[in-house]
Amino acid sequence: MSDATVTLAPAKRSVSALFRRKRQMAFAVPAIVLAYLLYIAVTFDFAGIAKRASLENAGILASDSWSYKVHVTRDNRRGGTSYAIEGERKGTYADGTHPAWVDPRGAEDVVIDLEDGYIVHFLPDNAALFYIPDYGRIEAQLVDGSIKTNLQAPLPDWINLSDQRMTVTTEAGRMTMTRSRTEVYRYFAGWELFWFTLDSPYHGHSFAQILFGDRIDPDRGNISGALSDFWNNGMWRHKDVAWAIGETILMAFLGTFGAAIIALPLAFMAARNFSPVWLVRGAARRLFDFVRGVDALIWTVVLARAFGPGPLTGALAILITDTGTFGKIFSEALENVDEKQIEGVSSTGAKPMQRYRFGVIPQVVPVLLAQVLYFLESNTRSATVIGAITGGGIGLMLTQAIQTQKDWEEVAYYIVLIVGVVMLMDWFSGWLRARLIGGKDPRAGA
Amino acid sequence: MTGSALTGSNPTRSDHISATYVVQVRRRRMYGGLTLALFTLLMVSGFVVADGRNAGGFWAGWHQMLDFPADVLSEAWEKRANLPALLVKFFPALVETINIAAASTLIGAMAGLVLALLSTRGLAKWPALIPVFRRIMDVMRAVPEIVIALVLIFILGGGPVPAMIAIAFHTAGALGKLYSEVAENADLKPVEGLGSTGARWIQRMWLGVLPQVAPNFLSYSLLRFEINIRASAILGFVGAGGIGSELRHAMSWGPGRFDEAAAIFVLLFGAIVFFDQLSSRYRNKMIEGQ
Repeated sequence: MSDATVTLAPAKRSVSALFRRKRQMAFAVPAIVLAYLLYIAVTFDFAGIAKRASLENAGILASDSWSYKVHVTRDNRRGGTSYAIEGERKGTYADGTHPAWVDPRGAEDVVIDLEDGYIVHFLPDNAALFYIPDYGRIEAQLVDGSIKTNLQAPLPDWINLSDQRMTVTTEAGRMTMTRSRTEVYRYFAGWELFWFTLDSPYHGHSFAQILFGDRIDPDRGNISGALSDFWNNGMWRHKDVAWAIGETILMAFLGTFGAAIIALPLAFMAARNFSPVWLVRGAARRLFDFVRGVDALIWTVVLARAFGPGPLTGALAILITDTGTFGKIFSEALENVDEKQIEGVSSTGAKPMQRYRFGVIPQVVPVLLAQVLYFLESNTRSATVIGAITGGGIGLMLTQAIQTQKDWEEVAYYIVLIVGVVMLMDWFSGWLRARLIGGKDPRAGA
Repeated sequence: MTGSALTGSNPTRSDHISATYVVQVRRRRMYGGLTLALFTLLMVSGFVVADGRNAGGFWAGWHQMLDFPADVLSEAWEKRANLPALLVKFFPALVETINIAAASTLIGAMAGLVLALLSTRGLAKWPALIPVFRRIMDVMRAVPEIVIALVLIFILGGGPVPAMIAIAFHTAGALGKLYSEVAENADLKPVEGLGSTGARWIQRMWLGVLPQVAPNFLSYSLLRFEINIRASAILGFVGAGGIGSELRHAMSWGPGRFDEAAAIFVLLFGAIVFFDQLSSRYRNKMIEGQ
């Protein structure tokens, strides 16, 4: 009995100590995480961000990415009215044509139907009327360079009025009047002119008409003409986008496989069981650590100075960084090879080169290939970022489109394309991996 | 005797076997050779295209590759007295970059954990929705950080928060997939045991699954943290905060501020190597400790 109590007592003590420690951990870890997140909230100034966040920008982005507007513009200095999709030159209606919802009764007399009872009427002498249901009629005229209206204070918050500028924003559309022009925007859902711009004869025709219908442009066959007009669409620039996507994939492809080719011999030099000389091994390993540590960002900056902007710079930046990563992974794989197979091959009298070829390579190739293919997908994403820095590929087009802060439908288009391409590369590398080595997923995080 | 009898009685069969073997080997070699030729062709033509579309060509530029590092180093050496002060000056920016990486890894890991448990067979709360959560993770993984970062910079303005959200979003998808693979191999007996005591789903996961998978999860999260430090530095360069934006300022100034660029290079290099070593050490420890 006493024996049991003697042996039990310390065991009991250690168990309760373990329990106490686990209990403390269970509270300490969430507490530390919470404390760190609070610290982040303070240093990153979440409160200030919430205040500065521009909901207006968010609204513009959300609505513009899936809708477009048609501008009806009257030149208040020279007279004349023009119609343009998104106000761009490429989307301007040719002289004498106009959208169906506009009724030009004369050079200076244009009725614009915004539907639901909202009607804008341009009149001679730089005057305009805006009929708004449940509000009334706004009369505005430009007299000697300043705007005169029938509006009485207090104004509702959707009207912005000064001597130089009037803006009326309604659900159906928007009107602005300044000294130089009077402009009306009407909004529509969809991506405008995605297939053909207005100057293409195929605009407004359905696919069935183009494929099977009569010849639309007498000079060209329907399909070749339509393809060429689509490819050279000046607004959506399908040709440039395709090239940019190609450049991004090219950067990833050249960088990944180039790095693998360079890293393989270096990995032999860094692996303990293949490289007996300590100095060579150390040098190779330090080289890997160095190029990995410098990181793609700095390599990109350095290489851009030598090669200028473009896909080659991005490819080389990926190549150099990944040489380090692959070197490390490959040399670890080489250190884990099974010596028995090499012994077996050398027992047949194989020379060193043959020992590598038949004893080592078949063992490591599946591991290496799996890693390389995994990085191919990850590098497609990296190539987007690197492209934004060096100036190449879809990354550059995306940054440019975002910087103009108005072509949000193009931004949405590029985002969809980028995500699609990355998912495609993911699927492709997985498929290739399964075909070449069967199944197994490598354990990596990048 | 039996051997000779066998070969003697069946010479055609062994000939046939060796003939088919030779044919097979030849065909395999041909496929291998064709694959290699195709790959070489792709690499070479890819290089030629990339070279053609680059502003400066490879052959014109490769010998200038070291000019810029040499400029930076020589200027930094001339002004080496400034270096300690500059290191101190840019250290807060480095801390911000690391904070972005740490916070986004933490948030991404928590979101990834929930997504992973919801999309693992045997553990999911709503088994019918497993494919939905998997697709969500696929899309989150496929979105490059820069896409979300740039859009959020437009809405929230510059600074660390857009980068943090962007990296966390991608991290949730990437870690979610890895976590889910680990959780798939978890032992279900503790989960069933807890279920029999009437534990709710959260309790079953927290007490039954998490203790089993925690070492692997932590190891993946550390690896991700390492990757996210690089990502947060690079996002700084395109407009978010941290050491990347300082590097951009120093670079856009051109010669005259290269001592600053050198100090930033040193800090970034040091930080990456430091966290690399740290995480690989703890990762090894965690996997061995299992």
